[in-house]
Formats: sequence, structure tokens, C-alpha cells
Amino acid sequence: MTFVLQHLVVLPVLVPLLAGAAMLFLAESRRVARASLALASMLIQLAVALGLLYLTSDAAPFIWSEGVGVYSIGNWPAPFGIVLVVDRLSAVMVTLCAIVSLSTLVYSIARWDIPGQPFHSLLQFLAMGLNGAFLTGDLFNLFVFFEVSLAASYGLLLRGAGAARVKAGLHYLAVNLAASLLFLIGVAMMYGVAGTLNMADLSIRAAALSPADRTLFDAGAAILGIAFLTKAGSWPLNLWLPGAYSAAVAPAAAAFAMMTKLGLYAVLRLGTLLHEDKTLGVALFYLGLATLGSATIGMLAAKHLARQVGYSVLVSMGILLAALGLRMESLTGPVLYYMIVSVLTTTTFFMLTGMTERTRNIKAATPATHAESPPPRHLAYGIKEPSAYDTRDDAGVAIPAAMAFLGLVFVCCALLVIGLPPLPGFIAKFALLSEALAQTPTTAVPASLWVLCGAVLLSGVAGIIAFSRIGMRLFWSVTARTTPRLRVVEAAPVAALVILCLALGIAAEPVARYLDAAGRSLHAPDIYVRVVLSQRDGQRPAGASPP
Amino acid sequence: MEIIYSLAIGVLAGSGVWLLLRPRTFQVLLGFTLLSYATNLFIFGMGRLTLHKAPILSTHGIADATPYADPVPQALVLTAIVIGFATTALFLVLLLALRGLAGTDHVDGQEPDA
Repeated sequence: MTFVLQHLVVLPVLVPLLAGAAMLFLAESRRVARASLALASMLIQLAVALGLLYLTSDAAPFIWSEGVGVYSIGNWPAPFGIVLVVDRLSAVMVTLCAIVSLSTLVYSIARWDIPGQPFHSLLQFLAMGLNGAFLTGDLFNLFVFFEVSLAASYGLLLRGAGAARVKAGLHYLAVNLAASLLFLIGVAMMYGVAGTLNMADLSIRAAALSPADRTLFDAGAAILGIAFLTKAGSWPLNLWLPGAYSAAVAPAAAAFAMMTKLGLYAVLRLGTLLHEDKTLGVALFYLGLATLGSATIGMLAAKHLARQVGYSVLVSMGILLAALGLRMESLTGPVLYYMIVSVLTTTTFFMLTGMTERTRNIKAATPATHAESPPPRHLAYGIKEPSAYDTRDDAGVAIPAAMAFLGLVFVCCALLVIGLPPLPGFIAKFALLSEALAQTPTTAVPASLWVLCGAVLLSGVAGIIAFSRIGMRLFWSVTARTTPRLRVVEAAPVAALVILCLALGIAAEPVARYLDAAGRSLHAPDIYVRVVLSQRDGQRPAGASPP
Repeated sequence: MEIIYSLAIGVLAGSGVWLLLRPRTFQVLLGFTLLSYATNLFIFGMGRLTLHKAPILSTHGIADATPYADPVPQALVLTAIVIGFATTALFLVLLLALRGLAGTDHVDGQEPDA
């Protein structure tokens, strides 16, 4: 049992890697086998993630005494070998990633598994890259896992081809390539000054640098920060995001919901580990406000639902960045809660987009990718019955009252994004603002806090306007629309995510307690550093000592 | 040597950034290539510039590290080259696909005055 628990940390990286690779060797005609393999992999990831969530809490002190688990890959001790580290924040992110990937996978089984385009493998590799980035304790490994997830996302974004998608893909690729180069420059500068890439070791050495070296180190950290914020979708560098997300097919966009949060995670992790909060805070606050403002305007201007959801991703990112920019330690818990709600909402919303697209008219009832793929392609992959794909809309078990279901989910998602009472979107925003106000003395509330409160509430109002307008267009103007046939496998993950959001609202207290603990351990990086580096002093398992 | 090395990085990065901001996709591609050269040289330089030093430690005792070069940046450069090369190749494919689909090599898929 202890053996299994010891290796639990590496499973979120290993399982999707093996599953995704194995799927490439399964013939295209064996769709059931591929889908079950993918499903099994995602279920294992979810189970492992929940296990990590439990082990990092104080409930099981006999495994990892301080809520931080370290796994040395290759069995070399920490500052020299590469380690995976799991603490509460990592566990939360991995769990969130597993939930998003699992629901996206179930959704995509319905109609998106087309021959010749290895959707399932790419989804696995995306999950692997994200999990690895959340778990790694090494700066360069973070870069590699970033690139793994990006490489998978390029493939997912370009799925289905078409001029608009290729154009959006080109922009997405260019922005991310530039950001990756900045990432490398930042990492190299920090290595050049501090002489290590291990994040825990870096934390110690950064604190002990001479002022001149520290300036150079901070410059490197700032360049690294630009790379992270580009990926997170922060203001001047986020114009690619709505275009790319709305051009992608629905399940791909839904899976991307986690990608922007990767940048946020990196900012949180390295910002606290490297003691960069002071300068970072001011920058984050203004960048967050600018993101919030520009995205709110974009949301009002957007004409299509997918684009609008893309902007709502940016709105939530703006709120998150600005709240982090206030530099209040106790605010980290509410920020994480808001992030979880926003990720789940975005995923649901993008899935919904894929369904409402089909209401437009009968011709659009089958996705464009199907119309573009001629039957010979299926023959080339050794599949006998191409007709099975042409009539996919009528295949499978349909759910009754499709329009009512879509409308209900739309209302729930809109309420979650805007932050109106019965759903946890409200709790998240309320907890954020009330905690921020509670932390400051009532007589001297700083202007920045008032600006933030005003901006958050105003963006909520703008959200109401934007979403009610698009909702009326989608559901109440009945001309030239058809009722789509929704299959149970499509509708189930959407419903499950909405119910999960509801559960988050009902069980807000234990969740908030866990997230508060995660925030506290994040702001006390000494424990993290100590546990990672204690590997050096002979806690190595016997029998496999390096020469 | 340091002056020549840093000048080389500067020239590569400068031309790379300029090309990156051009409107034609092929220029952007070349810009990325030059920028990644500059980045790779920069990473390599962060391991300190030395001559006639092996990055591989000998098996019998490493009491003195001075006759050796830092192997870590060299390993990093190798990884960065592989990843950069793969991504640039994908960019090239997209460039050709966009040229074929849109009929123009402008990065926005249409001429600005059209």
C-alpha cells in the first residue's frame, strides 16, 4: 500500500502518456476500444487526483507529514535530480484538470472522434502536460510540460481545419512561440545567476543573492512573468484568446479552459517561492484591471456565443489577477474558489456552445467537420460503414426536451459567470470582495480596493446585458432554428458539471477551508522548500543509490 | 569573445524581432528561427563562456570543478532546440495551409486593403 502511495505522484503524468501513446497503435476502426482506453485513463487520473487531494490534507499525516509529497524521478536527491512535488495547490489543480478532461472526453465521444484526427490521444497529452506542469518542482521541467500541453493544444485547435481555424491557429502558435522563447530567456537568466533550476533550491538561493545579482535575477523573473501572463491571457497580450477559443471545436475549447489557469498557477507558485510578491503585486493589480476592463467591453461587443464565452474567460482572469495583485494572503483561498468555479463554468459553457451551434439551421445540424470529410477517407482508414458518420445526429439515445435542457443550462452558466445569487458564482465573487474588505480597516479602505469592487460589479452588470441579449437571440427568436437531437453522452457531462457547481455552492465551507489551507501553505514556502530539500539527507529508498 | 558573442545574440534577436513584426507569414517564420537561435545562444552563454573544457566529468574524483564546463545549459539548449524546431515545423505547415486556403501570405489571411 505504501509502495502505491509513494508512486501516486507520478501517475497523473504517466497514465495519460501511456494511454495516449497506446491509442495511437489501435486501429482507427476500433473506436470502442480507443474510447474505453481513454475513459479508463481519465477515470484513473480522477481517482489519483482525489487521492492526492486527501493525502495532502491534514487527514493523513502518516504519509506526508506536512502536506507536501515529493517524488524524485530517477531517484536522485532534490537539487540535482528532477522532482515532482505535490502540495494542496497542486492537488487542487490536478483534480480540476481531471474533472475537465473527463467531462470533455465523455462529451467528445458523442460525435468528435473522427478517423485520421487523433482527438483522444491529443486530449490525453494535453492532460499529461497540464498535470506535469502542476506537479513539477523543476523550472525547466515546467517549460517542457508547458510545451507538451501547448503542442497538444495546437493539434486540438486545428482540428477540423478550415481557413478561419488555420488563421486562428497561426496567431495562437505565433503568440505562444514568442512566449516560449521569453520563458527560455527568463529560465536561462535565473540559472545563470542562481545556478540551479530546482524551484525549492532557487527559493533559498534567491534570498541569499547580492543586490547586484538580485537585480539581474529579478529581471529574469520579470521576463518569465511576461511569458506566464501571456499564457494566462493578461491584458496587452490576450487578443489571440477569444479568436482562438471560438475557432476551436467545442470539446477542444472546453479542454482549453484549464490552459489559461496554468499561467496563473505558475505566477502563484513562483511568485511566492521567489519572494517576488512586492513588485509583482502592483503589476498584477493594474494588468488585472486592464484585462477586466477590455474583456468586459469585448463581451458586450461579441456577437457569437463562443466569442462571448472567450471574453468571459478573460473577465474571470482579470478578476483573479487583480485580486492577487492586492497582496492579501487571506485572499488566496477565495481566489482559488473563484478560479475553480470559473473553470467549471467555462468548460460547461463551451460544451453548450457546441450544442447550440446546431440549432442555427438544418444544414449546420451536422458539424462542419463532418460535411467536409468525404467517405473515401473512412475507407482509407479501414472503416466499413461511413454512413454511420453521416447519420450520427440520429444515432444514439436522444434526450427529451432538448431546447428546455439547453435553455436551462444556458441560464445556469450565465448566472455562474455573472455571479448572481443561487449559484456559487455569487458565493465566489462575494467571498472575494468581502474578504478583501474585511482585511482592511473600515476607516481607511484604499482607493485600489474601491476600484476593484466597482470594476467587478460593473463587469457583472455588463455580463447580464451581454448574456441576456445573446440568450434571447438563441432561444426566443424561433425563426430558422431547429431543435437539435442531443445524445445522452453529450448532455450528461454538461449536466454533471452544472450539478458539481451546485454542490460546490452547497459544500462551500469545507471546500473554502481546504483552499484557505492551500493559500496559507502557498504563502509559507519554507515548508515546501524544507520538505523538497530534505530528500538530500538520506531519505532515499535503499537499494537504488546513485553512484 | 564575450563582446562578439553578445553582439551575435543581439543582432540575431534584433533581426528576429523585426521580422516577427512583419505582415508576411514567411517573414514571421524566419523571425522565429532567428529568435530561437538567439535564445539558444543566450542559454548556452548563461553556462559561462569557456574554451577547451569538457562538460563530462571524469570517473575518478571531482575534487576540482574548474577544468569542466557546466553541462546543464548544454542539456537545456538541446531540449530547447528540439522543441523550437518542432514548433517551427508546425508553423511552416500552418503557413502553407493558410496560403492555400486564403490565397495570400498575409498573417491575417487577407490583404489589409481588401
